[in-house]
Amino acid sequence: MADISQRLQDEVLAALNESRPLKIVGGGSKQFMGRPVEGTELNVGEHTGIVQYQPVELVMTARAGTPLKELEAALAENNQMLAFEPPYFSDQATIGGTLACNQSGPGRPWTGSVRDHVLGVRLINGRGEHLRFGGQVMKNVAGYDVSRLQAGALGTLGLITEVSLKVMPKPAATVTLVQDMALDEVIPYMNARAAEPKPLTAACWLDDRLYLRLSGARSAVDATAAQWQGEQYEDAEAFWAGLRDQKLDFFNDDKPLWRFSVNSTAPNPGLDGDWLVDWGGAQRWYQGDGELAHMEELAARAGGQVSLFRGGDRSGEVMQSQPAALKAIQQRLKRSFDPEAIFNPGRLYTWM
Amino acid sequence: MIEAPRISRADLARQLREFVHSDYVIADDETLKPYECDGLSMYCEMPMIVVLPETVAQVQQIMRVCHQYQVPVVARGAGTGLSAGAMPHAEGVVLSLAKFNRILSIDSQARSARLQPGVRNLAISEEAAQYGLYYGPDPSSQIACTIGGNVAENSGGVHCLKYGLTVHNILSVEMVTVEGEKITLGSDGLDACGMDLLALITGSEGLLGIITEVQVKLLPKPEKAQVVMAGFDSVQNAGDAVGGIIAHGIIPGGLEMMDGFAISAAEDFAQAGYPREAQALLLCEVDGTNEEVQEHIEQTESLFRQFGATSVRTSQSEEERALLWKGRKSAFPAVGRISPDYYCMDGTIPRGQLARVLTEMQEMSRRFDLRVANVFHAGDGNLHPLILFDANIPGEFERTEAFGSAILELCVEVGGCITGEHGVGVEKIRQMAVQFDDRELEQFNALKAAFDPNGTLNPGKGVPTLRQCQEYRALVRNPNSISEPKTAEA
Repeated sequence: MADISQRLQDEVLAALNESRPLKIVGGGSKQFMGRPVEGTELNVGEHTGIVQYQPVELVMTARAGTPLKELEAALAENNQMLAFEPPYFSDQATIGGTLACNQSGPGRPWTGSVRDHVLGVRLINGRGEHLRFGGQVMKNVAGYDVSRLQAGALGTLGLITEVSLKVMPKPAATVTLVQDMALDEVIPYMNARAAEPKPLTAACWLDDRLYLRLSGARSAVDATAAQWQGEQYEDAEAFWAGLRDQKLDFFNDDKPLWRFSVNSTAPNPGLDGDWLVDWGGAQRWYQGDGELAHMEELAARAGGQVSLFRGGDRSGEVMQSQPAALKAIQQRLKRSFDPEAIFNPGRLYTWM
Repeated sequence: MIEAPRISRADLARQLREFVHSDYVIADDETLKPYECDGLSMYCEMPMIVVLPETVAQVQQIMRVCHQYQVPVVARGAGTGLSAGAMPHAEGVVLSLAKFNRILSIDSQARSARLQPGVRNLAISEEAAQYGLYYGPDPSSQIACTIGGNVAENSGGVHCLKYGLTVHNILSVEMVTVEGEKITLGSDGLDACGMDLLALITGSEGLLGIITEVQVKLLPKPEKAQVVMAGFDSVQNAGDAVGGIIAHGIIPGGLEMMDGFAISAAEDFAQAGYPREAQALLLCEVDGTNEEVQEHIEQTESLFRQFGATSVRTSQSEEERALLWKGRKSAFPAVGRISPDYYCMDGTIPRGQLARVLTEMQEMSRRFDLRVANVFHAGDGNLHPLILFDANIPGEFERTEAFGSAILELCVEVGGCITGEHGVGVEKIRQMAVQFDDRELEQFNALKAAFDPNGTLNPGKGVPTLRQCQEYRALVRNPNSISEPKTAEA
């Protein structure tokens, strides 16, 4: 547990002086995401420690390099959790990287994403200034929402040094129901279940089986489990963790992994190969070769966007292309935070 | 900084009438008058022109013309805002979205709705009810306020601890840029590639673009909701009880607190059966499945007694639930009845600081010689002190403003912020210098310039210039000058 923010700031200032690009690294668990970066490593992994945690306020503040497992251990002592179920692509995964990569687990449509739970950040911008945005309270509309802007920006706007998050109580009970179902039936079925006022907190389809997770008050979970179809699944915890961390057999493949973030009701894109449906239909994983432009057409028909999440050719773009006006705004935003373009050049897009 | 517009009122009106129905281009003082303020009527300004376009293409064209002549543009929904965010600019155009009042579609399967920005917040839930769905955020102005304004302010309401703010409940926004270009932020999916501009635009108070369409998420209506009302003989006990509920792992649908003054005023007005003798009142609404509500209601009642509640009452019917809420929901007009004027503040604090903040507020009340009533979104730490004053007594409004500023600065001091849901607007622009330092404010201004390089979108609101900050900080250091009359100019 150490505060190395001064050193980090000095490193940024030195890089700024020399117009030298920086490659931000935390725990190194998500280096496969985005595009490769050429630059001096700026390591935030040693900037660790919980700065503030008062369980009754439902707020935790931690330095960006703090491993998720450390946060979750502290929360578990108070029967609380990070409700966005951050993925552990390795044990080293940090809270800063989770926010920068906007990574959330199977409960996301019901319990929210990391972007939804972030309340404030501290950030070193490309002028070497250490700034504070948002705060440690649930509601705060003073100034622009720079904290949530970091989610998915892949470190291109600055170095996140501290994150404040809303935390939640752990549900009293959890039950997973499993049943056989074909892909074409599962999309309307998942959406119909999600429209019922029941304690659904995850819905995933894999290998012709549908998994529905119920969590909340014991009485509510038991009553719903009795009412709904499906067998109670005993090995559920390992299944959801494997899904969250991409450790299921499905992900153990060398083929490129594509992520479709789409309308939960959209028919599945007609593309032969291996599919996994998560987030009640709103997130779909496809394993196989393909061209980004073609994948974008499929995603557009499904009301959403696509990215090449892991593997494949990462020398070109790996994210959904941006219309000219949005591209221009994001380039100007980038300059407003990082005028010399020292942070993670090219990580998000070739032009960023 | 914006320069003076390069076009006269008559010329601009003539240009706008080339593509907007001439009745919807207002340029005479009498018809402009109702637009001089929003819900915070202490801040007034007459606009140069009000324009009410009917199509997105017209909005684009208006923005192009205004951009060409560098005319300031202030977007306006229902005008219910409480921070003067829609106060006109004397040399600018008020762009009213009032004609955009259609619900474009509801997708009951995907649980989403496409809305024009002028659709009223409550109308969304009314229309979605036929599918067993509703829209989560419910600001107290929900009968009148519009979804476009909700996005601009990131509006909350009574249910945000459990169901989130506007930013958590929208999927996409169509927006017209200052140059008149139409862009879409977000998608039908739960996230989009690139920077999260949807989050950025939410709560940006009309400083980054004009919202022309919003896609919201809809939620399944809970099977049941019940409310527990509990009276306490001290604010401290009530505050501890709130902590006790949270620590027990219950996240209530709504959790509201009122102080003794607000209890009496609300009871006189609504006759909801509130305990007049109590120093603090909690309303805790639990919603969910039938089984869950029963389980949590029993736990809540028992926890309230454990934390020293002097009275506990649980709604046994929908009518009784509505009655118990009626007192809280009418707290503002109830206070309005016992005072010629009142001023509603909007700070947020860590819940643990509640007793300290209320105690200091009582001391300030004596010092400024003004009464104050408190209603409080206790679940998420959002305070709404209502300062009672009489605008006809010279100097009293200025004293009220100074009292309000002192409250907001106290919120920042205890680790909170100057606005939880009403926005900065003109009203709190000076306190931005208390919450943020100059470099942070400069970053905000640089961010704004990425969308609006000439600064013509809602100028004078949201983020102060550094010069304004220096003046305000000097004023705070020299408090004798606080009582000097101030103009309502940004």
